[in-house]
Amino acid sequence: MAHLTAPPQLLTTTLGKAMRWSQQQSMWPATFGLACCAIEMMATGTAHNDLARFGMEVFRASPRQADLMVVAGRVSQKMAPVLRQVYDQMADPKWVISMGACASTGGMFNNYALVQGVDQIVPVDVYVPGCPPGPQSLMHGILTLQDKVMSGELAR
Amino acid sequence: MSGDSLPGPVAGSDEMLASLGEAVPSAEADRSTGDDVIRVPARDLARLAEAARAGGFEMCSDITVVDYLGVRRVRFEVVVNLLSLQHNRRLRILVPVPEGDPEVPSLVPVYPGANFMEREAYDMFGIRFAGHPDLTRILMPDDWVGHPLRRDFDVGAVPVQFKAAHRVR
Amino acid sequence: MMAEPTSTTDVWVSGTEAPEVSEWMVAGTDEGAQEMERDETIERGVEQRGARVVDDWVVDDTVDDEERMIVNMGPQHPSTHGVLRLNIELEGEIVRRVKPIIGYLHTGMEKTAETLTYLQGGTNVTRMDYLAPLQNELCYSLAVEKLLGVEIPPRAQAIRILMTELNRVSSHLVATATNGMDIGALSMMMYGFRERELILAFFEKTTGLRMNHNYIRPGGVAADLPDGWEEDVAEILERIPRAMADYEDLLKENPIWIGRTRGVGIITADECLAYGVTGPTLRAAGVPWDLRKAQPYSGIEAYDFDVVTGSRGDVYDRYRVRIGEMHQSLRIVEQVAAAMPRGDYKTGDRKVSPPPRQRIDESMEALIHHFKIYTEGFKVPAGETYVAIEAPRGELGCYLVSDGSGAPLRMHTRAPSFSNLQALPIMMADSLVADTVACIASLDPVMGDVDR
Repeated sequence: MAHLTAPPQLLTTTLGKAMRWSQQQSMWPATFGLACCAIEMMATGTAHNDLARFGMEVFRASPRQADLMVVAGRVSQKMAPVLRQVYDQMADPKWVISMGACASTGGMFNNYALVQGVDQIVPVDVYVPGCPPGPQSLMHGILTLQDKVMSGELAR
Repeated sequence: MSGDSLPGPVAGSDEMLASLGEAVPSAEADRSTGDDVIRVPARDLARLAEAARAGGFEMCSDITVVDYLGVRRVRFEVVVNLLSLQHNRRLRILVPVPEGDPEVPSLVPVYPGANFMEREAYDMFGIRFAGHPDLTRILMPDDWVGHPLRRDFDVGAVPVQFKAAHRVR
Repeated sequence: MMAEPTSTTDVWVSGTEAPEVSEWMVAGTDEGAQEMERDETIERGVEQRGARVVDDWVVDDTVDDEERMIVNMGPQHPSTHGVLRLNIELEGEIVRRVKPIIGYLHTGMEKTAETLTYLQGGTNVTRMDYLAPLQNELCYSLAVEKLLGVEIPPRAQAIRILMTELNRVSSHLVATATNGMDIGALSMMMYGFRERELILAFFEKTTGLRMNHNYIRPGGVAADLPDGWEEDVAEILERIPRAMADYEDLLKENPIWIGRTRGVGIITADECLAYGVTGPTLRAAGVPWDLRKAQPYSGIEAYDFDVVTGSRGDVYDRYRVRIGEMHQSLRIVEQVAAAMPRGDYKTGDRKVSPPPRQRIDESMEALIHHFKIYTEGFKVPAGETYVAIEAPRGELGCYLVSDGSGAPLRMHTRAPSFSNLQALPIMMADSLVADTVACIASLDPVMGDVDR
């Protein structure tokens, strides 16, 4: 990124790149746990797996302060309007990770109670497979999202 | 902090069942897969529950419904599981409920813990519990139509469309 | 921990001098510290005890409507342990009425169970109480086996006890961790999940998954214990008690922790029984009721352990009961590991369990047999039964009705969290709004279990 011919204490870059870089590096997830996957999300955030390595450990209690929603678990018909409202309350730019089989496709519960895929309610950027996805899978999903933001594919 | 005053082994005598039978003559004691069950018509359920509570069944551990559509003549059966800590035994009350008038007396006055369970049974099967203080839907949204666990309610499986995901990297 | 302040601005900074144990921390006589010291003669919970079983939904008409305010908490709230929603009616700072609103995680599992064969049912029930998946599987399997009338070999039973008791430890670890986090002891969160990873690593090695195992199945368990399991269990038995000393250091005598939990969220034994509350909440109220002792299953009566009880029924006692139960569970695990029987890990009944692998290579009939068990499933004789076991949250029951076919006519789970949640309005009646989070956390509800 740094221009090598510039004086040593100066970095030059394009505005877009700098913006994407800062967006990528300070993504704050909303505390939004639904089911089993939420436990794995908590496990990802705690000491053993240490999500802080990727600048993502600041789980915000208020959606107003968050820019990433990790839909961790199955979304019921009753929860769907609430989920959409939480998403709407988040400040732009915002991203969504659909964590686990249930959030992505309804998983093994193809029945009256569940929304078959959270992408029917909110736009999803990264799908993380697994039931539940382990912390490593979630971290891979988060890194994939960061890569996509940095490459400009998902920059907003 | 450890307790040792646990109740004794499961009581083998059926004096308790006999006394329940005296209190509610329409109740029939039976055995089902090794458990004590009592069959009782809906009109006597509350009386039986009161007698059972007086007889030492302190806790109503579970209330549920089975839909015997196409299996039995009387479609529903309300199942009440009682637990006695002092006698260390269980008792199951089975109440046949016809489809035309799915109403049984509420057990909330006897066992306050029946509240949520009866609401769930109402939500899932449409059984009305007469005298329940707040018989509303509990699990499904308030505007939901139908009672999902009835056997003539469809599972509701829909074909899931997998979106064409584009390659990452 | 602070040393005794000599003046109002004097704060001891870690590393500058040795902290001295001041007198008030031991004896509680110093004048300046009396506010932090709890007075054992005054029972704090008297005013919020509400020790009668009352109809909670009756509105008190003596208070003007304008003095009351209804606050909605959840379903998206960091301290509600999932998607629990509470309507809290406040009078100033005091909670007058609470109404839990549930169903935000209703998954229709009881409906799905009717479409799955008995062997597939385990995948369904394991996702109910996702902090204690093995207990769910065990309860379901026991119900199916009771209808089938099959004998389970001793090794399978011992493996079941080993796994479920380890699961109890991991579940209580999460309960204690989140309880700590909700009240502000964030270190407890890190501690609890640190040790949980150890148990989960063993689960992953044995069952292939960290959660939602589908390991305990009707007829036995899915696979034998992996090679080297003795070392893994020995490591768990060595490391977790050592780590639990950390929790004791952090919480047991911590004045802030005691102030936030002692006398808070009291529920009496009578109220527990009336509302169907079981598990650590009931035992913390002083009732030594544990289904592992009272109605033993899977041969757990062969092992030596104590039922841990409390006396006050407050948040602190529930935390103590959980800590005690972890020790007792590790005690059971130690005994199981020491006396693990040899033999088969699933039943030899060919109606339920497929033929061994080498027979399939030799015999066409065995291959067909194997294929049929996994496609059609086995048939279960018609009948109905209720089986209950002691899950980490209380009595977990499975009511199973079979019509003689390969899938249940009805599978109902008596979820401990579902009944326990009814205790919340009792606990929180006339308490301070700040104690709400402590009450919820001490009840340890798992919404997957509540809503199913």
